[in-house]
Amino acid sequence: MRATTLETSTALEPVLARALLFQMKRIRFVEEEIARRYPEGLMRCPTHLSIGQEAVAAAVGAVLRRDDLAVGTHRAHAHYLGKGGSLRAMLAEIYGKVTGCSRGRGGSMHLIDLDVGFEGSTAIVGNSIPIGVGLALAAQLRGTDQVSCVFVGDGAIEEGVFYEAANFAVVRRLPVVFLCENNLYSVYSPLSVRQPPGRSIHGLAAAVGLATDHGDGNDVDEVYVKTAAAVGRVRAGEGPCFLEYATYRWREHCGPNYDNDIGYRTEAEYLAWRERDPVMLYERKLVAAGVFTEAGIDVMQVEIEQEVSDAFRFAEDSPFPEPAEAFEHVYC
Amino acid sequence: MTVSGEPRVPRTLTYAEAVNDALHVAMASDPSVICYGLGVDDPKTIFGTTKGLQTRFGDQRVFDMPTAEAAMTGVAIGAALGGMRPVMVHQRLDFFLLAMDQLVNGAAKWHYMFGGQRSVPITIRLILGRGWGQGPTHSQSLHAWFAHIPGLKVVMPTNPEDAKGLLLASIFDPNPVLFLEHRWLHNTMGSVPEGDYRIPLGKARQLREGDAVTIVSMSYMTVEALHAVDHLRQSDVHCDLLDLRTVSPLDWDAVFASVRRTGRLLVLDTAAETGSIAGEIAARAAIECWTLLKSAPQRIAMPDIPEPTSFGLTRGLHPRAEHIVAAVAALVGKQIGVDELVARRTVPHDVPGDWFKGPF
Repeated sequence: MRATTLETSTALEPVLARALLFQMKRIRFVEEEIARRYPEGLMRCPTHLSIGQEAVAAAVGAVLRRDDLAVGTHRAHAHYLGKGGSLRAMLAEIYGKVTGCSRGRGGSMHLIDLDVGFEGSTAIVGNSIPIGVGLALAAQLRGTDQVSCVFVGDGAIEEGVFYEAANFAVVRRLPVVFLCENNLYSVYSPLSVRQPPGRSIHGLAAAVGLATDHGDGNDVDEVYVKTAAAVGRVRAGEGPCFLEYATYRWREHCGPNYDNDIGYRTEAEYLAWRERDPVMLYERKLVAAGVFTEAGIDVMQVEIEQEVSDAFRFAEDSPFPEPAEAFEHVYC
Repeated sequence: MTVSGEPRVPRTLTYAEAVNDALHVAMASDPSVICYGLGVDDPKTIFGTTKGLQTRFGDQRVFDMPTAEAAMTGVAIGAALGGMRPVMVHQRLDFFLLAMDQLVNGAAKWHYMFGGQRSVPITIRLILGRGWGQGPTHSQSLHAWFAHIPGLKVVMPTNPEDAKGLLLASIFDPNPVLFLEHRWLHNTMGSVPEGDYRIPLGKARQLREGDAVTIVSMSYMTVEALHAVDHLRQSDVHCDLLDLRTVSPLDWDAVFASVRRTGRLLVLDTAAETGSIAGEIAARAAIECWTLLKSAPQRIAMPDIPEPTSFGLTRGLHPRAEHIVAAVAALVGKQIGVDELVARRTVPHDVPGDWFKGPF
């Protein structure tokens, strides 16, 4: 598809708009609570927060059907929650509890909720890309109309396996959506040391033969509209697509803190992106459009805080798996 | 295990034909089995092993692929999660090394790291090269690498009957299985039953019985061992010969039971010596059977060097029956000649027989 001409500034249906705002605010609050509680030392695993990147996950999750499939990356909390994954099971997993979505085997980087088609996130950059393509191959062979969504970051586009998998998806016209969140950094390495000047990621994808589109990853309406159009084409059998959304990770690559002071990016850059906070922008937009009042947003926040508080309590109160369980499930 | 009620009439097939037969049986009995790899539908059909599959089952289930070993392994994982049973093939194990992230971090871990919710029933056929200048990167036996990774199964059949029964068991196993076919075995002949029969993974096969020395072997080394054991019998030295058939899981019960009976162990391996399965077997036998051992366990494997290409450089490089005879003779304290054994070999050292004319 070509650069869209759709009018994305129009507010979506109020029910959908509410759902998008709710999901973004929910993801934001979950992540901020993780950051706040992380120093307690009870979440004992590497944890990559999605604060600042909520719009893509919320919008894509709203576009996909419950029976559509998705795979994710090391930074997958938002993707998992957006797709409808259980919050309780995710937090319990981060706490290493037996009630976790992977029974404490995987932690923050290995999330799964089969009830909603979230087939798994993995911790090696690029690792889940061909797996998502294989899910699409199975869907095609079985004759379902499911779409497989492969979440990637800008770093994964430098892995050879991306090109291999994307090429195969093009050859077989597989129902895959490659969903790229470009947050400018691979850990602490900026795009400037990883790609030549003037090159675009979606341009690389287009050269492989993928239909592409790109847009503002901090504008949840825009992400929704573009993704919905793309997923519709993929579901109709028009072949795989690649969507690149520009966004920004607010906190450190891994862990709960801010790290603008360590020298790999500037405070000014961070503050500029923070001005474009996807949650705040959408709240303002919906209030201005009369979809919400400030008071209505406060009510939403209370609902979110109750759910999140309950989920943390569930995670903390759940038992650890017994040590002997470490020896189970090596083989099926 | 016999799954179907079809008659199991034995016929004489080559190892390659037995592999092909297994693929036909698996694909006919289960529409979720798919088969792909570079060259599966080309005129040579992977040494004949994928012959007729695409014609019979169609190009959706049997297909050639991009030269993309890593992604296509991940595709197999994803397809398996989506309900398929992929069978991949690589014409040399060495080509598959491009896919280690998908194998080790993906296939091997998926069942475990997601709490046992999903399994990855994929079979990856890998062909081991030897001789005819296969050289440093077309001849590696890396089964010990694979066996080192929890979550993988590693199968190394020696004869046509086992190749078919173990391949069927591998395809219908819920776990990722690496199925290693030695190129020097593809033309060996043997009796192969018809229909669907599955040989349990993790069970060794006793090929010869004796109380002098336990010889544990796998894949092509078992062929050399059979020549050696039959030669030794002429000197009234009778060996137990265990063909492992699978190296993960490994049939420790069979190994220990034999070693306890004979008190002497010789392990053969197609791989380089250090860090080998042979080393693991020698170590565990020493630990488990120490007081019953009459001598230190021995092993014969490849030297710790890459395999060179030149006909000249490979002279005497690979362990053969005469080396096995010499090792057994030393274990039992006898002088046993090997001239007759060596003289019987009429083909050059770098081919398995007259049938092999290269190129690979």
